[in-house]
Amino acid sequence: MQITSSSPAETEAVAGRLARLLRPGDVVTVSGELGSGKTTFVRGACRALGVTQPVTSPTFTVGHRYDGVAHLDLYRFAGVTAAEWGDLEPYFDGTIAFVEWPEAGEDALPAPRVRVRLRHIDEQRRMIELESPEPTLLQELS
Amino acid sequence: MILGIETSCDETAAAIVTRAGEIGSNVVASQAELHAEFGGVVPEIASRRHLELVLPVVRRALDDAGTSLDEVELVAVTRGPGLVGALLVGVSAAKALAWSRRLPLAPVDHLDGHVASLYLEPHPFEPPFVCLLASGGHTSLLDVRSHSSTRVLGRTLDDAVGEAFDKGARLLGLGYPGGAAIDALAREGDPGAFEFPVARVPGLDFSFSGVKTSLLYAVRKLSAEELDRRRADLAASYQRALVRALVERTEAAAELIGAERVAVVGGVAANSELRASLPWARAAPLPLCTDNAAMIASAARWVEALPYPRYLALDAYASAA
Repeated sequence: MQITSSSPAETEAVAGRLARLLRPGDVVTVSGELGSGKTTFVRGACRALGVTQPVTSPTFTVGHRYDGVAHLDLYRFAGVTAAEWGDLEPYFDGTIAFVEWPEAGEDALPAPRVRVRLRHIDEQRRMIELESPEPTLLQELS
Repeated sequence: MILGIETSCDETAAAIVTRAGEIGSNVVASQAELHAEFGGVVPEIASRRHLELVLPVVRRALDDAGTSLDEVELVAVTRGPGLVGALLVGVSAAKALAWSRRLPLAPVDHLDGHVASLYLEPHPFEPPFVCLLASGGHTSLLDVRSHSSTRVLGRTLDDAVGEAFDKGARLLGLGYPGGAAIDALAREGDPGAFEFPVARVPGLDFSFSGVKTSLLYAVRKLSAEELDRRRADLAASYQRALVRALVERTEAAAELIGAERVAVVGGVAANSELRASLPWARAAPLPLCTDNAAMIASAARWVEALPYPRYLALDAYASAA
């Protein structure tokens, strides 16, 4: 499914609608190049899930944990070794987990329930692509 | 003597600091060289690395200070925020060392640690002051009223400024660490060549996500040849935009609370343009800007230490409250 967003607020709103379909244990990967709105997307989802604190980029800190929600970022990873998975695993335990830059962890992470891809259309607009192995899950979003 | 231990992110660090704030030793097993080799990507971000390094680093800190565990009266450790597995290595090592000698243990917040880098000898800077904390993972403005009372005035709503430097360097095809690479290249460029507007958010908060995207578009508009020619101008203009945002908000914070003194701490405090733009502010000494354990031991001097053995159940915390 593809949705065009013309502002960060719209990107947050799409993420919020998606978040309401999720349950603890779900993993959502959020990919896209620099500045495409990945953290914005996760912020929208976190807000819909009741997170009130600032939702900031975890590029350097790797993981942020909020009540029932985890926000991870594998930007600085080259791959995910068994030892690294040991560090990441607690973030997935009982949470809805959003993973930015998931490419490095593709073989190690739990299978995502939803894959989100963000693309630049122009300076303002983004194409949000959502994909799920469950054919019915995303129907409510359109 | 206070033994400080820090393992919240990439650095495994230990230090010896006296109660008076003199640094006996400050050992950091940095992965920076490894990062450079791998283009900024960490070869392995795992607590296993901290585990391999923590005891050798503690031993080295004791040796460098010419002391031993017999002289240590207090063990201080970063409790959070950070990567939980990484923090737990430091916390467990600190607990074990303190427990084996029946010493008290002081759990320290990493961000309080950065502020406490200012309290160390030989030129301590004492509260009250407004503090800009700017690093790869954090960007905040703090009202530091006393050694043990700090209030957050503003913080980044998206990216930390150190991350903006690092990702900007990546967009410009520069090396790692990105902040230092931009700082060096900016000296050869014209800071007025490009306009990179930094979003103005209400209050004293920061937003650095949009300026990174502006740089992306500026880079995209140039051919490879033009990019080569204009790279220094881009770096200078981008750095100017980031530093201006920091300086404006810092000055606004100082004015708002009527603070006469300002300090800058964290990895970005090493940036030469930021230091030059706040000439009247106190910047943390260069070796204490990036993560280290001397600042943790320093902060511990104003933390209520847990007596033996009450800290055995102490846990780490991942996120700032």
